[in-house]
Amino acid sequence: MGSIDVIGTNLLGLPQTSKQRAPNTHPLGRYLFVLAIVLLGALYAAPNLFQPDPALQIKPEDPDQALDAALLEKARRALEEAGIAVPAAETGAGSAFLRLSRDEDQLRGREVLMQALSGLDEHYIVALTRLPTTPAWLQDLGAKPMSLGLDLSGGVHLLLQVDMDKFIGDRMLAMQETARDALVDARLRYMGRDWVDGTRLRIPFRTVAARDEAATLLAEQFQGFESSSIDDQEQPSLEFAMLDEHLRQMEDAAISQNLQSLRNRVNELGVSEPLVQRLGRERIVLDLPGIQDSAEAKRIINKFANLQFRLVAMPGDRSSLTEVYDYEGGPVTLLRKNIVTGDQVTSANQDYDPETAQPQVSIGLDSDGGRRMNEATRDNVGRSMAIIFIEQKPRTRTVLVEGQETVERYSEEERRLISVATIQSALGYNFRITGLELGEARDLALLLRAGALAAPMYIVEERTVGASLGEDNIDRGRQSVTVGFLLVMLFMLLRYRGFGLAADLALTANLMLLMAVMSILGATLTLPGIAGIVLTVGMAVDANVLIFSRIREELKDRPPQQAIQAGFERALLTILDANITTFFVAIILFSIGSGPVKGFAVTLAVGIVTSVFTAVMCTRSLVNLMYGGRTLEALRI
Amino acid sequence: MNLPILDFMAKRKVAGAGSIALLLISVASLTLNGLNFGLDFTGGTLVEVGFPEPVDTEQVRSQLEEAGFVNGVVQHFGSDREVLVRMPPQATGDPAALGDRILSTIQAEAPDAAMRQSNFVGPVVGEELAESAGLAILTALAVVMLYILFRFTKQFSVGAVGALAHDVLLVLGIFSVFQWTFDLAVVAAVLAVVGYSLNDTIVVSDRIRENFRTVRRGTPIDIINKSLNQTLGRTLVTSLTTLLVLLALLLAGGEGIRGFAAALTIGVVIGTYSSIYIAANILVLMNISREDLLPPEKENAKESYP
Repeated sequence: MGSIDVIGTNLLGLPQTSKQRAPNTHPLGRYLFVLAIVLLGALYAAPNLFQPDPALQIKPEDPDQALDAALLEKARRALEEAGIAVPAAETGAGSAFLRLSRDEDQLRGREVLMQALSGLDEHYIVALTRLPTTPAWLQDLGAKPMSLGLDLSGGVHLLLQVDMDKFIGDRMLAMQETARDALVDARLRYMGRDWVDGTRLRIPFRTVAARDEAATLLAEQFQGFESSSIDDQEQPSLEFAMLDEHLRQMEDAAISQNLQSLRNRVNELGVSEPLVQRLGRERIVLDLPGIQDSAEAKRIINKFANLQFRLVAMPGDRSSLTEVYDYEGGPVTLLRKNIVTGDQVTSANQDYDPETAQPQVSIGLDSDGGRRMNEATRDNVGRSMAIIFIEQKPRTRTVLVEGQETVERYSEEERRLISVATIQSALGYNFRITGLELGEARDLALLLRAGALAAPMYIVEERTVGASLGEDNIDRGRQSVTVGFLLVMLFMLLRYRGFGLAADLALTANLMLLMAVMSILGATLTLPGIAGIVLTVGMAVDANVLIFSRIREELKDRPPQQAIQAGFERALLTILDANITTFFVAIILFSIGSGPVKGFAVTLAVGIVTSVFTAVMCTRSLVNLMYGGRTLEALRI
Repeated sequence: MNLPILDFMAKRKVAGAGSIALLLISVASLTLNGLNFGLDFTGGTLVEVGFPEPVDTEQVRSQLEEAGFVNGVVQHFGSDREVLVRMPPQATGDPAALGDRILSTIQAEAPDAAMRQSNFVGPVVGEELAESAGLAILTALAVVMLYILFRFTKQFSVGAVGALAHDVLLVLGIFSVFQWTFDLAVVAAVLAVVGYSLNDTIVVSDRIRENFRTVRRGTPIDIINKSLNQTLGRTLVTSLTTLLVLLALLLAGGEGIRGFAAALTIGVVIGTYSSIYIAANILVLMNISREDLLPPEKENAKESYP
């Protein structure tokens, strides 16, 4: 706005002060500031130019176990013997990393290493991973490349629905069993046996006195429930209704346990950077980059298997306390009460019975489980103990919903008695289980190690991208960015000459800043994200075009320097208005969209910010350097 | 290079009639044909398989039918070595494992066939995705309307949202008429069209507002015409650069991103047209006048250039 005054002072030939500059020049500091930002951008965008190496990661299952150089050397030798080149090996963060030179070697290398490390005392996990090749000095500055989304790196994305109804139902049944045990022990006469209705439990009694006594007795067990005494049809009964808050707590606990168990399982699968996250009230997201065999991953992840150890019933046991199972063609009556369940297992390994060479699972119990097992077996030597193997299997059925046939998912519990053996002596913390097939034994060991799922889950969404498609996507993305970028650069240069050059330089700076900001934010690059970058390239020049057309218009009734000044200033408001609204749209995309839409929204939003900065600051500085501070007779734009 | 002064507003009735006709066709097609919803919204299973040699889709289809998979769609994807199988939920078996079963059926005949992608979307998730996509488009329109109401006036707000709704409807209409697959990526593209078209509309509106304040002579139609001419060069150049990069995406981006690029390309063309005709037309219809745009004193001082 002060441009006319400035020109006036210059005509008087007065020395320039900081306030009275030649038209369209910045103080040196301003140029340096813009330059510094662009250089910083270049620095933090740089890691993306280095292609990461394929690598294998070895980590001990016990995180306290140290990895020594001998193990690293052993692994390296095993790989080299198998004809797999290992250009570098290093240890760090409790793991050993072996860089490979070819992607194809990764899967075979993993097999080789698992074989080579299987004979050792420690249990090791081998995972496929990628190691950055960013130079050390860049890494020291905290510069890191963007991580690639599953559509670029290949891998499995799963959305799991936790079957809360089933989980809560099971808990209610367990409460019913405990309540019945307590009532039997206190010799209170109840009626019926199926008391559960949803999240309510209603126990009928013969007398009001028994009911009232039971209310006091059960009060402690039913914390988190609202209890009420009901007298209808001369049938005194006691009702416990679960409070919403308690329900929520149980759900949260179930999800947490499922998350933990999933993390352990995913570790066992050998995924180096998995994402396991709760989504909403009863869903879990699972991202497994690099996994090729999605069927195997899904089988392990979604497997719900558990064990129960029980005593075989004696002839005099009350029938309400027992259950009948099939075992080798005949019925076996077991006590309902568990001695120990799979939740109390701390270690489980599949190996072979040295005498029969049959597969078996060696199990270690935690202190509570060990004590209970010892107490139960000590007093019952000579009696039989049974082991029940429980599996939840996903099933479907076709049901009619509003006249339409829909396929409904549910899980079915399969219980199988796998062994009945006489207790020879008191058992302790460690024992073995036989009677399983090899595959079952291996999976059972893995699942017991990883911890059981608290609630069964089923897959509601899966997106798996194979490695070949991922690579194609990267190539295509790179090509589209390059082609789009060059086309736009060429066009701007032809259309606006000198100003076009400034715009092209600003566009280059824009692309670098965009990459830098995304890298610093730790954003994940996806194919839609790349599309967002391409679109940003096309739209980013808009701000420059706005400025240049404005300058051209102003040239009709102003001298060149004033026209440049006016063009930039008048276009600014329009640029801001237009970009702020588009930014809103990007935010909406991000907050409401899912998956692919989110990736696109992030690049769009970041792109808008960097575009405005480069158009307003970089282009201005470049134009000032090119045209500012001198007398211009005419301006070609 | 100077563009001639074009009398845009003289043709506004023709353009308006044309737009209304196209909108009617779009709405008719959307009601009659509907959209060809992709896997994201319908739910089901989709498997892309890569073969080492070109393969006949008929062969794959009959092979799958023999194995008992019904109502599947088998087509080439990108080249004749890639095959896309889309399968609705089947009556038996775990739906989440359907993709694996399709793959192993194909691999039984062609052991070298490799999985390129395998997607499964459960029906509930599909419904949720459709809901959130619709919600996203509506929220975007509402927020834009509020922002322009705050920055400009009621007329501009209605004009901009009218233009955006016009663009969205026409893009959806084209996808419906040609029965192109409409998935999440296309929704993202439609929202990007909203962003792009909005950008255009605001640039034009900005100039119209400025001219109403500074140009003392002429009818509103003259002033709008003058503004449209002033911004025409910029509108065309920006559309052209955007179309250039979209061309790059269409040519080099591959099959997976084709729907997205196509939706955006159409959207950019329509968006450019709508910012000239629809937004301005609505301004005229709503009787915009100089008085509506008289700025507060303070802002006036800032805006008027020496």
